[in-house]
Amino acid sequence: MSTQNALSLSGVTKNFGKAEIIRGVDLDIRENERHVIIGPNGAGKSTLFNLISGRMDVTAGEIKLFGNSISGMSPHKVNRMGLSRSFQVTNLFPNMTTLQNLKCALLWDMKHRYAFWKLVNRQHAVTEKAEQLMEQLNLVHRRDVPAGLLTYAEQRALEIGTTIGSGAKVLLLDEPTAGMSRTEADEVVELIRQVTRDCTLVMVEHDLGVVFNLADRISVLVYGEVIACDTPEAVRANAAVQEAYLGTEVH
Amino acid sequence: MLETIVFSLLNGLLYGMLLFMLSSGLTLIFGMMGVLNFAHASFYMLGAYFAYTMGLYTGFWVALFLAPILVGALGALVERWGLRHVHQHGHVPELLFTFGLAYVIEELVRLFYGTIPMDYRMPDSLNFPLFSLFGTNYPAFRVFVLVIAVLMFIGLFILLKKTRAGLIIQGSLSRPDMVSALGHNVPQVFMWVFAFGTALAALGGVVGGIHFVTEPGMAFMMGPIVFVVVVLGGLGSIPGALIASMIIGILQTFVLSVDFSIAHIGLWFGYAVPPDHFFATLFYLDSTRIAPVLPFLILVLTLIFRPRGIMGKREA
Amino acid sequence: MSTVQEERLAAQAGGGAQIWVRQLWPWVVAAILAILAPTVFSSGHDIHMLSSMGIMVVFALSYNMLLGNTGLLSFGHAVYFGLGAYIAMHALRYTNDAVLDGTGYGIPIELIPLIGGIAGLGFGIIFGAVSTRRAGVVFAMISLGIVGLVEASSLAFTGFFGGEAGLFGDREDVNSLFGIEYSRSISVYYLVVAWAFIAAVAMFVLRKTPLGWMANAVRDNPERAQFVGYNTQMVRFLQFCLSAFFAGIAGGLFVLVEEIVTDEAVGFLLSGEVLLAAYIGGIGFFLGPVIGAILVVYLESNLSAISDAWLLYFGVLFIGVVMFAPMGLVGIAFQQWMNFRSGGWRGTLLARGYCTAAALVALLGFICIVEMSYHYLRSWNPSQPMTLFITDVNVTTATPWLISIAIFAAGLGALLFHAKPMLRRAADTAGGQQ
Repeated sequence: MSTQNALSLSGVTKNFGKAEIIRGVDLDIRENERHVIIGPNGAGKSTLFNLISGRMDVTAGEIKLFGNSISGMSPHKVNRMGLSRSFQVTNLFPNMTTLQNLKCALLWDMKHRYAFWKLVNRQHAVTEKAEQLMEQLNLVHRRDVPAGLLTYAEQRALEIGTTIGSGAKVLLLDEPTAGMSRTEADEVVELIRQVTRDCTLVMVEHDLGVVFNLADRISVLVYGEVIACDTPEAVRANAAVQEAYLGTEVH
Repeated sequence: MLETIVFSLLNGLLYGMLLFMLSSGLTLIFGMMGVLNFAHASFYMLGAYFAYTMGLYTGFWVALFLAPILVGALGALVERWGLRHVHQHGHVPELLFTFGLAYVIEELVRLFYGTIPMDYRMPDSLNFPLFSLFGTNYPAFRVFVLVIAVLMFIGLFILLKKTRAGLIIQGSLSRPDMVSALGHNVPQVFMWVFAFGTALAALGGVVGGIHFVTEPGMAFMMGPIVFVVVVLGGLGSIPGALIASMIIGILQTFVLSVDFSIAHIGLWFGYAVPPDHFFATLFYLDSTRIAPVLPFLILVLTLIFRPRGIMGKREA
Repeated sequence: MSTVQEERLAAQAGGGAQIWVRQLWPWVVAAILAILAPTVFSSGHDIHMLSSMGIMVVFALSYNMLLGNTGLLSFGHAVYFGLGAYIAMHALRYTNDAVLDGTGYGIPIELIPLIGGIAGLGFGIIFGAVSTRRAGVVFAMISLGIVGLVEASSLAFTGFFGGEAGLFGDREDVNSLFGIEYSRSISVYYLVVAWAFIAAVAMFVLRKTPLGWMANAVRDNPERAQFVGYNTQMVRFLQFCLSAFFAGIAGGLFVLVEEIVTDEAVGFLLSGEVLLAAYIGGIGFFLGPVIGAILVVYLESNLSAISDAWLLYFGVLFIGVVMFAPMGLVGIAFQQWMNFRSGGWRGTLLARGYCTAAALVALLGFICIVEMSYHYLRSWNPSQPMTLFITDVNVTTATPWLISIAIFAAGLGALLFHAKPMLRRAADTAGGQQ
């Protein structure tokens, strides 16, 4: 594991009016690690994701991606710098098929950009890569089904597919297993493990089984502050965490 | 010069007040329902035509009250049997529905009344000069229009600030989603707001039809200007609509009444723009010819630089 | 939506050659129809109408690049049509002068629409830069502001726009690339057809490019489009510029057909008309605006001769489509066709026929009422008999009114309270049997 930081947050703060949602988060995420953020409801996990991905502007502090500042950048620019995210609520192109969704995710990264002088379906490299992805996602049999008609689990899988499709080095997944049955969740975790072999993963997750199974390191976010950031074992043993979070919410 | 300024101010105020009578209803409907009612000026036109027809039988004073009520009832029907139906498909179909409605209303007016202007005049009781300024008589009717508009503003103010219905409307101007959470029957509130807004427009039509001309093109004349006013004022804001109405009304009247072109500025500094200059047409353009351009220029600039308008809380 | 369906059809079709056949035959049919149309509609009025249809088809398709493909509702698309037309007109006048003086060659008449397109593109870049920063209602309002601005300016700057009288040019004193005389309207018609085909094919293909795909993506889910690396503003802007280019081509064709252009070409009314045309036809389908445009021009040029009521019919049709069939006429046809293919018509044929018949009866009654109203309220002498379909009626008597209202009520009543429930029951039983 390299020691360079893929993502580094220093003093990141976000206020909504007078309410402080994120209060000075410092967080370093190493390259190629699987980093899971846990915390009680309303701790600001999704807000933190929105800040990192450029969906919201930070009130104060700085976010760096591979050493370059990305705070205040618009989402598409952040994405082009190698960060991609999924959403808690499924966020796809519902009228497009599985294959088309994946192709859309690939187009920018494969340098087709805004081209209006070539046909998408003639770009065989794109098709091939999309088919590969589809295989990884186990969605080959749903190739030509509009995303809006897929089952929930399939949509979540496709969401992960679109997220990794854009060729990102850093993936942000927001509760990828939310609302899934045990078997479905296990499959998705396996998928995540597979596709993040060569990249950095930052993930918000509620299911502690998943968390301890997948994470290299865990950060605990409580009321907008990181109260612990360590290996799973250390976090499990951390008294403050137990009091603030695990003690009350272990299932 | 002073004479021109005073009369322009007075007439601009009057025009602005008429604009306010239309824009207050439009901005109310938008703020509440999120519907940009393209047919709003059509209800203004219906107000004028209805008042004219009723006036033939009942006289002006009864028509002044009855016509807006009738148009409001029509508005309620349109909301109940038309808009509510397309509401589920989203805002664009709503916009398109009112767009088509404007076509149909104009054509129906042409059908029933023909294309020539109506002989819709002020009642004799208002047909006298109220005072005279610089040797020119100022008609009582114009002052009457001002009074009506001011009364309407006060009435609206009281309604919104002091009554329960007003509280609901105000609440939903800032948080439309909360109204249903508070247990109000939203479709019914919508219907009443739409009826009320169209009735306000019709009231504007009752007096506007006399002040201007009552003809089938009158909706089309006013429609775009009213949009400019509500956008400039800030969509959903009634005080904003008042301020914007005044700005547009006075500005347009002024530009129309003074003889001015960009070349004049040059003359002040002792520079005469040569007539064969490449932009000579632009420099010598009369302000009267610029007047129709101004509102749209304001609309575009507002939307680009300040989409919230003067007083709006939310962006369009 | 339609892209998905096309793809699926293509996938079902299988092999490469078959895909080509499947995709090509509509174009071939359209070409044959366009070429043969003047043999059926051969009067001068008809040929003019056909040319107008070709122009409107290009214009409506270009409009749908915004509304249907990118989700941008514009109330001012005529700006690019009209400004394209004005620049094309200046090019035509320049050519006229050059040819008459014998001083030069000018611009070949076949390329004048291209001048219009380039002008449309230029103005599209200027106005698109300010208006496509936002989508939704703000975009719609800016488009409204821009069309107001341009229409009002067109009367202020008489030098360029020719004031209220407009600008004239003629298509006789020009040079042709192919040595064709365009003084006859039939030759211009074929020029329109040629350009319309080039433009339509180009717009069809554009939908299948990365930009076309991302336009759909931005329409459906701008946020996700951003998170796969696309600048939504840029996508909207490029689509807007290309759409303005094709609108300009339509404007250039308009100049060649009409030989005059006035401020109406940049105005509100034409902007509204193209919106209505595209929407009535169906914005979710490539064919939609084509059908809508043809229908609109047909109604406008034929109904306005028979009846004053064309705008009324047109508005009512539009409201009907918005309320009951947001997918447009082509959408309805497509839905019925899919239904038919999947066997949905089995066992319900009679009820469907009954529904259609009842609707037609109601329509007949509605037309009678409207036409009689127009005659009664608008003609100089209402007691003069008017021809209503096959009979002459006197609208000052009560009988024709009662009959018309009865027809309308019977049709509507049967449709709503008898035919529709019957269709539903029939569909239920047919569905139950399967």
